[in-house]
Amino acid sequence: MNNTIGLIFVGIGIAFNLFGCIGLVRLPDVYNRLQAATKCVTLGTCSILFGTFLVMGFTAAGIKSILCMWFLLLASPTAAHAIARGAHRAGVKLCQESVADQYAEDKEGEA
Amino acid sequence: MKSKITLFLGLYLIWCFLNWMPDWQHLLVGVLVAGLVTIVTGDLFVSNIHVLHHLRRVWYFLIYYMPVFVWECIKANLDVAYRVLHPMLPIRPGIVKIKTNLKTDTALTFLANSITLTPGTMSVDIDRDKGVLYIHWIHVETTDCEKATKIVAAHFEKILAKIFEEDV
Amino acid sequence: MKIENVKILRWAIGTVIIVGCIVFVLVKPLPFLFYHDLPNVGFFGRALFIILLSSFLALYRIWKGPTGADRVVAVDIFGILIIGFCAVLTITTKRSWYIDIAIAWALQSFVSVLALSKYLEGKDFDE
Repeated sequence: MNNTIGLIFVGIGIAFNLFGCIGLVRLPDVYNRLQAATKCVTLGTCSILFGTFLVMGFTAAGIKSILCMWFLLLASPTAAHAIARGAHRAGVKLCQESVADQYAEDKEGEA
Repeated sequence: MKSKITLFLGLYLIWCFLNWMPDWQHLLVGVLVAGLVTIVTGDLFVSNIHVLHHLRRVWYFLIYYMPVFVWECIKANLDVAYRVLHPMLPIRPGIVKIKTNLKTDTALTFLANSITLTPGTMSVDIDRDKGVLYIHWIHVETTDCEKATKIVAAHFEKILAKIFEEDV
Repeated sequence: MKIENVKILRWAIGTVIIVGCIVFVLVKPLPFLFYHDLPNVGFFGRALFIILLSSFLALYRIWKGPTGADRVVAVDIFGILIIGFCAVLTITTKRSWYIDIAIAWALQSFVSVLALSKYLEGKDFDE
């Protein structure tokens, strides 16, 4: 029973990984790519690790996969935040369809 | 000092998970390693994490924060999958700013992480002096500061203020 | 041609390519390199090939990316995909040290991405 549910979680996770990578190729600029890729790939990999925990049970591998999942949930948004700020400071422009960029306006106001 | 004790307990828990099943040798070495890491790096970490000593806050964290967070994550995934697979790419991106009343480091970190993993939004920068967060939004609904705050961050902010800042 | 038509044409071409790859992997998985004799290897062989397909998409972004920031994003995503790959290998082979590799890879990838983003902040990338 646990085995089947775990396999379903692994399948869902792999599907979301694929969607995230398609987003990485299709979307037009850095920030949108970062959104799609970070959300979908992080949650997809967490789903795979949770499926691993369900299949393996309370063994060494299961406990470690829970630990890895927790670390990934903490670390991945932080990395996305750092990349977004670095890209904006390095002067990467938003794409053509963008509506507003209040960050750049505020920075120019200060300077 | 209190936050160092919290850090020690957290590190010791992680050590026990890494060496499952625990026996007495692993536990002993774990005390030494966690103590050493606490002494060396204790001053670098955020200072008010010891509010988690109050059991009521941990309770709020588990009961109120986690279910809302997981539900928002699932919604975010479905939203992004819909936008990516749609042939016309229905996006309207932009960077808007929102206001926050949170002050402490831990609460701001959790707020930024929550915003990043919820539908359509990602935090770009934090200005702690003005209490302003800059948000990249994949489908901008309003560029007005107050309305955007209400849509993006209001309910997370209430929960996090209850956990990390309100006096008991 | 109008912009909408071009967009729909590109979407159709991409869909045909990706669905073609997925169907090819699902219908006829190549003989998996390491472990033929384990149970459930059919499902997991297909799963590993779909993760490989995703990482080829990430590699395309590393190769093509117009700015440096795009490449950093793709490297980050590539690292997370490898964690998923190791987790699936753990289930397939029941060897628990694959998940150790996953944890170590997660830590190291996080630190390297932070360093790369710091590098981005101090430098102008207008290629």
